[in-house]
Amino acid sequence: MGVEGIGARVARKEDKRFLTGKGRYTDDMVVPGMKYACFVRSPHAHAKIRSIDVSAAKAMPGVIDVLDGKQLQADGIGNLICGWMVHSKDGSPMKMGAWRPLAHETVRYVGDAIAIVVADSSGEARDAAEAVEIDYEELPAVTEALSALEGGAPQLHPEAPGNLIFDWQIGDPEATDRAIASAAHVTEIELVNNRLSPNPMEPRATLGIYDEAEDHYTCYTTSQNPHVARLVMSAFYNVAPENKLRVIAPDVGGGFGSKIYIYPEEIVCLWASRKTGVPVKWTSDRTEAFLTDAHGRDHVSKVKMAFDADNRVIALKVDTVANLGAYMSLFSSAVPTYLYATLLSGQYAIPAIHANVRTVYTNTVPVDAYRGAGRPEATYLLERTMETAARELGVSPAELRRKNFIRTFPYQTPVIMNYDAGDYEASLDAAMQAADWAGFDSRRASAAARGKKRGIGMSCYIEACGIAPSAAVGSLGAGVGLWESAEVRVNAVGTIEVLTGSHSHGQGHETTFAQLVAGRLGVPIDSINIVHGDTDKVQMGMGTYGSRSGAVGMSAVVKALDKVEAKAKKIAAHLMEADEQDIVIENGELKIAGTDKTVPWFQVALAAYTAHNLPVGMEPGLKETAFYDPSNFTFPAGCYIAEVEVDPETGKTEIVQFVAADDFGNIINPMIVEGQVHGGLAQGIGQALLENVHYDPDTGQLLTASFMDYAMPRADDLPSFTLSHQNTPCPGNPLGIKGCGEAGAIGSPPALINAITDAIGHNRLTMPATPMKVWQALQPAL
Amino acid sequence: MTKVTLTVNGRTMSGECEDRMLLVHFIREKLALTGTHVGCDTTQCGACVIHMDGRSVKSCSILAVQANGSAITTIEGLSAQGELHPVQAAFKEHHGLQCGFCTPGMVMTAVDMINRRGGSLTEEVVRSELEGNICRCTGYHNIVKAVLAADAEMAAGRQAAE
Amino acid sequence: MYATSYHRASSVEDAVRLRGTSDESKYLSGGMTLISTMKQRLASPSDLIDLRHIPGLKGVSVEGRRVTIGAGTPHAEVATSQAIRAVCPAICNLAGHIGDPHVRHMGTIGGSIANNDPAADYPAGLLGLGATVVTDRRSIVADDFFTGLFETALEEGEIVTAVTFEAPEKAGYAKFNNPASRFAMTGVFVAKTAGGVRVAVTGAGSDGVFRHPGFEQALQSNWSPDALVSIAVDASGMMADMHADADYRANLVKVMAKRAVLAAA
Repeated sequence: MGVEGIGARVARKEDKRFLTGKGRYTDDMVVPGMKYACFVRSPHAHAKIRSIDVSAAKAMPGVIDVLDGKQLQADGIGNLICGWMVHSKDGSPMKMGAWRPLAHETVRYVGDAIAIVVADSSGEARDAAEAVEIDYEELPAVTEALSALEGGAPQLHPEAPGNLIFDWQIGDPEATDRAIASAAHVTEIELVNNRLSPNPMEPRATLGIYDEAEDHYTCYTTSQNPHVARLVMSAFYNVAPENKLRVIAPDVGGGFGSKIYIYPEEIVCLWASRKTGVPVKWTSDRTEAFLTDAHGRDHVSKVKMAFDADNRVIALKVDTVANLGAYMSLFSSAVPTYLYATLLSGQYAIPAIHANVRTVYTNTVPVDAYRGAGRPEATYLLERTMETAARELGVSPAELRRKNFIRTFPYQTPVIMNYDAGDYEASLDAAMQAADWAGFDSRRASAAARGKKRGIGMSCYIEACGIAPSAAVGSLGAGVGLWESAEVRVNAVGTIEVLTGSHSHGQGHETTFAQLVAGRLGVPIDSINIVHGDTDKVQMGMGTYGSRSGAVGMSAVVKALDKVEAKAKKIAAHLMEADEQDIVIENGELKIAGTDKTVPWFQVALAAYTAHNLPVGMEPGLKETAFYDPSNFTFPAGCYIAEVEVDPETGKTEIVQFVAADDFGNIINPMIVEGQVHGGLAQGIGQALLENVHYDPDTGQLLTASFMDYAMPRADDLPSFTLSHQNTPCPGNPLGIKGCGEAGAIGSPPALINAITDAIGHNRLTMPATPMKVWQALQPAL
Repeated sequence: MTKVTLTVNGRTMSGECEDRMLLVHFIREKLALTGTHVGCDTTQCGACVIHMDGRSVKSCSILAVQANGSAITTIEGLSAQGELHPVQAAFKEHHGLQCGFCTPGMVMTAVDMINRRGGSLTEEVVRSELEGNICRCTGYHNIVKAVLAADAEMAAGRQAAE
Repeated sequence: MYATSYHRASSVEDAVRLRGTSDESKYLSGGMTLISTMKQRLASPSDLIDLRHIPGLKGVSVEGRRVTIGAGTPHAEVATSQAIRAVCPAICNLAGHIGDPHVRHMGTIGGSIANNDPAADYPAGLLGLGATVVTDRRSIVADDFFTGLFETALEEGEIVTAVTFEAPEKAGYAKFNNPASRFAMTGVFVAKTAGGVRVAVTGAGSDGVFRHPGFEQALQSNWSPDALVSIAVDASGMMADMHADADYRANLVKVMAKRAVLAAA
């Protein structure tokens, strides 16, 4: 481990620009002639559009044009799509209703886009948007998944009778039912996984620029995966062919999943730029973000967990209904299926598992992947059930888990996943020790003396990251491959550019990817630049989500580096008249092993480009490309412990300690990994204690449409965290790394709820455990 | 249109704007200082925090015309070219930022906090003082650490100067 | 925000004159509520009369136990005033927990009480202290000033110039924040004044800030949190929303009242 190589706590290269106000986010972009867009949005959750009259709006001051969905359709712009095909258990394909970028016949959620106003200023655009006259025929709305499945519920799409998108299953229903029938004990529980709004601090924004002379489009956008955006906009939405469309995702202020998807606004602004002849910028405000950014979670599940007389889990049966909102967003079908039910074995050896998942349309904004995406739902379900079982069985929650841990690897679960490596007990032990689990009883007693109810809870999570083998996801219905690309360009003087298809929006790739190269070549980290986020610079890539940039993106860099090193060694061997097998790369030099004969890195690079003296037949230059497709998912796992004090008078929960013990395999930069865990924990704690998207069930109006009503975690809601890392290196990729971006959000909610239910003495509590709900849970039952 | 003149980061700057233009938009669009951000509509997230006449304020909730004649410091003016203010350096050292979007507001808040309460900050005080700034990336853990470290460093600096 | 015209008043008289030029004009003080509301297009004054630069409206004076706070004084200045803290720390603590540090640098006591948000802190403080609101035309006692949700006794064009009160023997404020907005979901100010005990509640009542006579009587005879234990709080007059229903708010009123008494000790 060098001071700048893998494993070093290197301060981030990108920080200076962010700290001095020099970051360049999409809304910071200004181009000559640029105008401002405002979208006209549906105020109704469900309505037919009888007519749209834009004449008054067009006459308003500063207005360039007002465009609607009929014009968009006439210009051949296609429907938004879901890119992952899931089949129901009867073999029928999922029922995808049409999602127009601008609705002109029916609106299906509050915020559905109908028209775009382009004006000289954002204020004038909004003034004119209010002047667009739309005659609606209001229809009844439904916002909750279970209600949408009921007979007589309002119907959203003619393609999906009963609002059912698919009725899917995984595992062996008969074996599971047989095991449950034979069980010594069955724990049953019903769980709601609350709906969340991702809320990256940078609201979405886009700048569409059409260049008539070149017949070429440029799209600045707040995206986690600009190449996927280009692919989808080109292949499916018919915006422009790929060679005529450049997508740039500059500095992006957080994503957490919500910036994976291609939304109507990017498409419409590009199209509007062509229609109006001016560059068109749109920036979401926070209320628009609440209304239109894809939400996360929103499951209702029934669970049965069966135990034999020795307290071993012998079966798990799950019935889940998942709310996908008004339209199927880009990866929405995969989240409650392949990213959720395939993780239902958790850390436990469960011989029989069956899960049934129904996905449902409602008059709410589309639901898609949000930090963790399916895995938090699986973990919450399993870990609350496990805790409940321990209480019912009268055994310690740690011992019940310990008894059921998987201990030999690889381990094939009954639900597709093949776990490659892990040591779950190591994390459990580390967490219990760090939390002083053994000393809890005395802490509880002293809290009681102060009038507080103290509780402790744990959660042992597993997740699947680094998505994933392209052939495997393809066989499961994915519309894209999930490899990653890298290009290592050595300049003539030896400085290096690494082009990657991964996208950094807070993860620090400009540092960690450079650490990898610095460590391999022994060159200064400042001589390495990481280039990402621009389809004109990086040829192709799949972007950043699912904790995949390290395991997949960096592995692609390793492969490209292998090729660069091989060529550099050939050149060095030629220059030093040695055998290339004898060349090693150390401290920025290529050296004949066992001698003091060296040639500096920059000289090899220079030789490659001057090409005066290269091995016979070698092409000049030093630049290599690689595509890396993993052989499996990676499986980070760990144990989280929360300890809380509940104020019985107000119901307010204080987190007195939070311990996280994670196995991410090898770690590139511990400082950055810890930061990822902290952030994930905050979002998981937010889900458990504070956050909830609330639609009025009768009108479909979003009641949590600003930070006035949607409770974001603030500094004084959270404690400092106690972290540790265990390490079973991932055998599936060259770096042995697993991914750390989502663990915190996955493992923390059940740990907290288990702690609070421990404190209040019963299990009847739903997330978020707000002060009112906890206080209500403490009142004597009527 | 009204002419607004401000002293921004020590320089006199003017621009014409509608009376309804917010100070943050004036700074971003008329003065092209895009380090100050907008993250909400309800005066809560603090991405827009600047200093006006020496005190931290939310520039998203002040009209540019209200600020006419004021002295403004934005994130761009906190340190000389090529250098970092001790608070900026502490954020880097302690990884107090990830996506960077809330960071300018966080840094300006921390500087104001240390100006007012420097030398007496504790974790509890820092968390409470950060009530008006929302970060979605860091879980605040390293922001709190960075502010405390900067406070200690600046207090030591003051002591050394005495 | 809809278009508006801005005017900077140089004196109270100037402000009143400017305000009179349009029916749709509004006074602007710190703007911490008004600008937010305008951004969301929930208010659309044709003209804004900025009071922030009127010199006479700012500052704090304490003479004996008589405290006078200029209407244009920001919350941060009240929170950190050593002179006020010496005689009435409760109002400093209340001011120090309004909004956040940045809001406290701009928001003013005059703006807060003239707006009379049902979840604002100052109305509870003023009602609890039995303070007097001084305007450009008259003095109004707090009991008469706060008349309902966002409603006050102020007449068209009337400007709050100061707030004044006699420091009480004891006072305390306790509030429970809305977990999202951080406004008071319930805040209770208790004061032992020369005229008797006063208890004022904000954030909870469906009609805005109110006094609680039952608590006042109980504390009058026994200044102790225990005095409140057996007194019921009627949930029927409480606000209800997704964060707190009426029963929960009624509970908070009692709990915060007890904690305010403790804080006052």
